[in-house]
Amino acid sequence: MFKAIGKQIHIIWSQIVTLWLVFLHLFKKADTVEYPDVKPYMFPRWRGRIILTRDPDGEERCVACNLCAVACPVDCISLQKTEDENGRWYPEFFRINFSRCIMCGFCEEACPTHAIQLTPDFEMAEYVRQDMVWEKEHMLIQGTGKYHDYNFYKVAGKAIGGKGKGEAQNELPPTDRRSLLP
Amino acid sequence: MFSFEVGSLLNIAFVLGAGLVVSIMMIWVERRFLGFFSDRLGPNRVGPFGLFQVIADAVKMLTKEDWIPPFSDKFTFVVAPMILPIVMLLSLAVIPFGPGVGVMDLNIGLLWIFAMAGLASYSTMLGGLASNNKFALLGSLRGAGQMISYEVFMGISILGIVILSDSFSLREIVEAQRDGWFVIPQFFGFIVFMVAGMAESHRWPFDLPEGEAEIISGYNTEYSGMKFGLFMIGEYIGMVVMSALIPVLFFGGWLAPFGLEFGNEIFSGLFWMGAKTTFFLLFFVLVRAALVRPRYDQLMSYGWLVMLPLSLVNLLITGAVVLYQAG
Repeated sequence: MFKAIGKQIHIIWSQIVTLWLVFLHLFKKADTVEYPDVKPYMFPRWRGRIILTRDPDGEERCVACNLCAVACPVDCISLQKTEDENGRWYPEFFRINFSRCIMCGFCEEACPTHAIQLTPDFEMAEYVRQDMVWEKEHMLIQGTGKYHDYNFYKVAGKAIGGKGKGEAQNELPPTDRRSLLP
Repeated sequence: MFSFEVGSLLNIAFVLGAGLVVSIMMIWVERRFLGFFSDRLGPNRVGPFGLFQVIADAVKMLTKEDWIPPFSDKFTFVVAPMILPIVMLLSLAVIPFGPGVGVMDLNIGLLWIFAMAGLASYSTMLGGLASNNKFALLGSLRGAGQMISYEVFMGISILGIVILSDSFSLREIVEAQRDGWFVIPQFFGFIVFMVAGMAESHRWPFDLPEGEAEIISGYNTEYSGMKFGLFMIGEYIGMVVMSALIPVLFFGGWLAPFGLEFGNEIFSGLFWMGAKTTFFLLFFVLVRAALVRPRYDQLMSYGWLVMLPLSLVNLLITGAVVLYQAG
């Protein structure tokens, strides 16, 4: 009898303690971030909207090697290679379907020229589904992105207009095989 | 006709308007305070402090598809949600909000409220039964059992007050508390009445009829649009009735505490009644935020094995003391 009453008193006491502890939360600061008014700090390596960058000379970095399209697990990248009069390769069109993109960043890892990069921008909602398909002119920026000094054609061995074989950085002049005769 | 006496047109308009506005605004107040209690902000985007959230909710409910399931009992299905707000507004009519403020002054006011609370359970029962859905039926079964068992000792718990004040009229009960609030001699009655009142108005933690975790939404599973809205508004009016009834029965109604009366008698009465009602409304919100829903067998055993003996002992002791003092 007394044990049962004691148990009931314990139950009621624990309810009162619960009420009091929850009441104290009234005076705590809310954890809510009021998003559209207060923007959260986005870290530089956040994987968001995809951009195409230019090299320090202002030329397109992308050489249309298709490695990003191969690496993409959801096949949202499509591009077509073409060549300008100097022999530089560049994409004729470069299209990303952001309604399929999962922002995994594999394309950035695969890119040999640091052309494709992910940025901390995440506000990409659209009202029309077709507006989620971005073309090259939407993604190509004027700057170098995260890598300021890298210039693929300055370090690559490929000859383009204005730069012959052996003129790249850290590159030896081409060997004249006939002069190597014993 | 336009003076402050019980039953005048001004009074009817005031009580109806204030009761409806307060109970509808409680939807916003409750969500806001639930947010504060769980370290959130609650709805604060629509209008200043989110005050227009209620209007947005109402527009949403009124424009939603109002679907009547083809397998339901159509007449009962439509009638059931109407019962709850009507009955709750009727019980709001007898509550004295101040000296001379109120719609009716019945000499059986307390019994009237119990009759109306009994009718309110039909809303739950018929709503679940007419839906022809097994979860709705489970919810209405739970609702019926809960309301019948909690109404028993809800009635017994306030018989002590009836003994002390010698009346069933709520105005005379308030007047009888001029010498001291009934919460002191009737403390256990107050505890039992508050718990039973929460169970009676389906407030958390006694929302077993609509336990959304176990039986989806219980008796209102099949309801949509404004029919669901009527259930919700009825529940909130019931909450206002309960939080107005507790001050009237136990905390001196419109009487000012410690002689803090000021100005006009009616104005002061309305102020104190409003303050006490607000306190209990917010307390109900706190209880919702803090306590968890019991299991159904726990609810039943708690009611019959703890609350009923407690209210009976309270009634016996009150009667014995009153008889002893009478000589």
